[in-house]
Amino acid sequence: MTEVAWGAEAWSEVRASLDRCIKCTVCETACPVAAVTELFPGPKTVGPQAERFRTGGHSPDLSVDYCSGCGICSRVCPQEVRIAELNSRARSELKRERGAPLRDQLVARPGLLGRAGRPVAPLFNWAMANSLIRWAGERTVGIHRKAPVPRSTTRTFSYWVGHHVGTRSARRVVYFHGCSTQWYEPYVGQKVTAILEHNGFQVVIPKQDCCGLPLQSNGLFPAARKAVTKLARQLVPDGTGDLPVISSSTSCGLMLKREAREILGADSPELRSVSARTYDIFEFLLELHQRGELRTDFKPVPLTVAYHAPCQQQNQLIGKPALEILRLIPGLRLVELDRSCCGIAGTYGVKREKYEIAMRVGEPLFADIQAEGPDLVACDSETCRWQISAATGATSVHPLEILHRAYGGS
Amino acid sequence: MGTDAVVLGAGTAGMVAALRLAAAGASVLVLAEGEGGLPLAPAQMDVLGYRPQLVLDPLAELGGFLESRPDHPYRLVEADEVAASLEWFLELSAPLGYVGSPHINRLQPTALGALRPTCLVPQTMAAGDLSGGGSVLVVGLRGFRDFHAPLLAENLALANPPSGAEIRARSVEVSLLGDPRDLRPQLLARRLEERPVLAELGREIRSRLEQEELVGVPAVLGLERSHEVWQRLQDLVGRPVFEIPTPPPSQPGQRLQQHLFRALRRLGGEVRLGARASGYRASGDRLEAVRVVTAAREVEIPADSFVLATGGIGTGGITAGSDGELREEVFGARVSRGGAPDEPLVEYLATQPLDRLGVEVDDQQRPLGAGGEPLFENLWAAGATLAGAEPWREKSGEGISLATGFRAARLAGGVRA
Ligand SMILES: Cc1cc2nc3c(=O)[nH]c(=O)nc-3n(C[C@H](O)[C@H](O)[C@H](O)COP(=O)(O)OP(=O)(O)OC[C@H]3O[C@@H](n4cnc5c(N)ncnc54)[C@H](O)[C@@H]3O)c2cc1C
Repeated sequence: MTEVAWGAEAWSEVRASLDRCIKCTVCETACPVAAVTELFPGPKTVGPQAERFRTGGHSPDLSVDYCSGCGICSRVCPQEVRIAELNSRARSELKRERGAPLRDQLVARPGLLGRAGRPVAPLFNWAMANSLIRWAGERTVGIHRKAPVPRSTTRTFSYWVGHHVGTRSARRVVYFHGCSTQWYEPYVGQKVTAILEHNGFQVVIPKQDCCGLPLQSNGLFPAARKAVTKLARQLVPDGTGDLPVISSSTSCGLMLKREAREILGADSPELRSVSARTYDIFEFLLELHQRGELRTDFKPVPLTVAYHAPCQQQNQLIGKPALEILRLIPGLRLVELDRSCCGIAGTYGVKREKYEIAMRVGEPLFADIQAEGPDLVACDSETCRWQISAATGATSVHPLEILHRAYGGS
Repeated sequence: MGTDAVVLGAGTAGMVAALRLAAAGASVLVLAEGEGGLPLAPAQMDVLGYRPQLVLDPLAELGGFLESRPDHPYRLVEADEVAASLEWFLELSAPLGYVGSPHINRLQPTALGALRPTCLVPQTMAAGDLSGGGSVLVVGLRGFRDFHAPLLAENLALANPPSGAEIRARSVEVSLLGDPRDLRPQLLARRLEERPVLAELGREIRSRLEQEELVGVPAVLGLERSHEVWQRLQDLVGRPVFEIPTPPPSQPGQRLQQHLFRALRRLGGEVRLGARASGYRASGDRLEAVRVVTAAREVEIPADSFVLATGGIGTGGITAGSDGELREEVFGARVSRGGAPDEPLVEYLATQPLDRLGVEVDDQQRPLGAGGEPLFENLWAAGATLAGAEPWREKSGEGISLATGFRAARLAGGVRA
């Protein structure tokens, strides 16, 4: 077994990987941002190349701020140079030197916005749909007036958990639901719970806060490190230290699996333990199925569904397990959307100066969706779903919502 | 629902093997640490260019070549199967309009203006066969630093095709997109898919054209719609237009790679990039599963048959330690270093034994273990990872990958459980 490094050692491995760069430029050809804007010269140029000049607290190159952090460069690199990880670090150094704008501080804290929006959800949702307010928001805060924003909800997921009577079972899993389920899409968490219970699991849902991913992608590393270390502690309530940790938010799952280690250089005993036990919901279900343990009492779902595998899901390097599971559902017409990135990359595409770039990145995907005209678009990442719906008008769902429907849910 | 065949490597060899297996009905998973040579290479399919003298009919000369090079990977494939693999490729790549024959070496200009022998080229390069001479206007783009038109034209005019025909060449440089300081090829390719940008290029070229019969442009004529872009530019210019490969990255290489990836997906196969194979599980001489590194942990992927197409030393299929020891990374297969370990590495650019390093295989393309017997009954190797070739000298890279990938799929298909 290959040992994974943690803490400072993990980061020094990432940094050392730049010595393997042979300047082949494969990453530049695959970068979806460099393909659409002159403002970003490409992952190799700002990464393995500029990195050597980043000494003594000086960032020689500001264009690294235009990296969206989608991670495609690291995936296509034949030499295993951790390009995206290097560039994430470089972005955070830039923020440290120059300070992060209020806007970045805000979008990096979904819990803050969620908490603020919840008590006045109808008002919040109205305000977000009001073009005058959005225009003012763009001018003052720098969030693009057309950028997709989620709808706030008055009942959080943890409110539902408090009233839910779960099944008891000897087979237990821990559920890591993430912020968007908590504040914006509690029904996703309810369906995850239902699917797991239907398959005979008792679902342990500890109280949990943000994983720190938006902080990380906005370059606010110390706060991100604190967040993910705290989350890892929350995810090991007594007696659950060896259970699988199931994630339904693909980017937050990746944070626990790898980014906390490779990008943030975070480390704690709980984090190591949780990281090795974290599963994407469909990765977990597919393993069940491969052992013959997944219930397949599916009702037909007579719909055309176009599936987009988001970047952060692909970065887990587990293939497309959602596709494999959805293929089992009778009556479902499944179309695999064969495009790399929708452009949003977490909070990148909501920013005033990056919105247009993000839309251009997503154009081929949007065009395919419009040409296909499916009943639903399925995508594992919440921010990508919001982006896809805003750009195409299509209704987008988490693929597990389709599975839930096949199990007889509504 | 398990996987029938796992292919390691997403270069030409791996993709050919995967596509052949998938077309025969197998469920195929390609695992690759990253992309292979394709997005960097000119996407011209060489078979055999020099032995060492210029080869005119690659297929006919293969036998004679093997007499002088009995350890060459072409020994593994009958000439008929080499031809069949190229035929199949022509059919598969019809949407990119590949043309050519394994019996004829075309002579296409390189980015430096040398003439290079190759067999199959995409439609966008077809008019660039200068074996019969011709007069060419070479078009450079200001700000695109990877393509030096004056140098190219100057060298082209010095080239001597064996036909004895004369090549005349002149260069012009045009400004596009407001003359930015640094034009990158992928951005150029995308912008040229926009009609007004292409029209501007067409106008510029037309106004500079004199008596030239042909127009050579850097290979940046679009990405997904290259065929359309090329056709339209040709109409605008009024002469045959052909693309000349640029130094890496290569747009024609990317187009071909996208095409192969898509074709595999259409057959129900999957390419998983970023997934490095780190080891295996076997029982006796049967390979049961490969181990792969995911974001959180290593996992095992079981299959019935396996193809090793991890490339050579450039893409990490084979690594060299600081002690000079060579290793095949996944299975520890025996690696030939082409000569005695202490043989001195002499003259710069001269032939040296290390050039031919690679994995040793039996006549069934099965990698050998330390004792010289096949490692596993259900593992086959293909492409640049095989020992014995000097592709850059012979001009044989893609041909070896095509032919051995094609055959590996046939051999692997035979053992489906
Ligand atoms: C710059 C350049 C120019 C070229 N020009 C020409 C030309 O003009 N004419 C010509 O005929 N050929 C040319 N070639 C060669 C050609 O493009 C291919 O490289 C050649 O066919 C070899 O292909 P391959 O599939 O064997 O290996 P590669 O293309 O090297 O692919 C190897 C694959 O294996 C993967 N891999 C390695 N280790 C592991 C592991 N442990 N686990 C999983 N995956 C792994 C790599 O990531 C990669 O996907 C050129 C190549 C390059 C790089």
